[in-house]
Amino acid sequence: MLSKKVKPRIFFLFILLISIAILIFIILKSLEENVVYFFSPTEIYTKDSISFDKKIRVGGLVKKNSIEKNNTTINFVITDLKKEIIVSYTGLVPNLFAEGKGVVAEGKLEDKKYFIADKILAKHDENYMPPEVKKALDN
Amino acid sequence: MLKNFFPNKILSLQNKTINILVLFLLIVLIIGILYSFFLSPPDYVQGNSVRIMYVHVPSSFISLGCFAFLGIASIINLIFKIKFLPLISKSLAPIGCIFSLISIVTGSLWGKPTWGVWWAWDARLTSMLILFIFYLAYICTWKLIDDYEKANKISSSIAIIGLFNLPIIKYSVDWWSTLHQPSSITLTSAPTIHYTMLIPLLVMLLGMTIYSIIVFLIRYKIEILKFKINKKKD
Repeated sequence: MLSKKVKPRIFFLFILLISIAILIFIILKSLEENVVYFFSPTEIYTKDSISFDKKIRVGGLVKKNSIEKNNTTINFVITDLKKEIIVSYTGLVPNLFAEGKGVVAEGKLEDKKYFIADKILAKHDENYMPPEVKKALDN
Repeated sequence: MLKNFFPNKILSLQNKTINILVLFLLIVLIIGILYSFFLSPPDYVQGNSVRIMYVHVPSSFISLGCFAFLGIASIINLIFKIKFLPLISKSLAPIGCIFSLISIVTGSLWGKPTWGVWWAWDARLTSMLILFIFYLAYICTWKLIDDYEKANKISSSIAIIGLFNLPIIKYSVDWWSTLHQPSSITLTSAPTIHYTMLIPLLVMLLGMTIYSIIVFLIRYKIEILKFKINKKKD
């Protein structure tokens, strides 16, 4: 059915597509460290080659009842429900920053359990609903 | 179905068809805008800023859909050399391009009140920016290269390479940790958007799709006419 001209085109295009796919896969795999936007507390705990001088980002949930406000300094705990990390930050936090919600902190590690942030980002999840529904669900 | 996209069919397309579509578009858009601005409730965490979603998500869908068509049509085009296929892609590209820009800009406006930043170099946002650049590259090859056959080949190659970016955009939020939240609407599970917010989203998606179809039909007709005039000159 396919003409003589068409067959080699399909063949070459197929090989080309597969090689591009493999190439992209290898590039993304080797750049994984840079592609991820933040590390979880567990990743920081288990990683050996973590940098203490460079800026990194830590993300997870703000642990319930962990926020302590002290003038403009705010201390809280980021958890991924396995490991925890204490974060200290001076400045304004985004509106959506709250206990039990997602957060990403940017700054430097003091040690593997203590992080000094100079930027706080709030992360929200994929659930959208009116407040009344949320109330009904909670009760 | 495919026959309807043959150049002669499009040329005989009456303005009446477009006018009916425009009327339909106005009705859907008015309902969609009223619904998303006034009737739909605010979100339990984000409040009213969730309303940006009703523009942001449909724009992203359309820009991804257009590029998926561009890429697949380019593969078929390089293999079978179907004459009118590049004309379809050429007329679709600016639509997808503008919607990817709208998606990035509204996303930025949404990011500031929710995340606290206008922009973050996370996987979803960056791959979306790359999609926009692919659109620009695709459009520019058509504009800058005068030789039709050459422009056709180069632009098709660009679209095919860009095709690989689409699964990266789609799954970036699942493969890597990103600031962007995961998808709320998936094929495999129930949407995590409450139906009072899902309805305006779908209405807006319908409206913006009709808009894209109208613009596409007009552009496609012009592209065919241009193609025929150039052929006569040669």
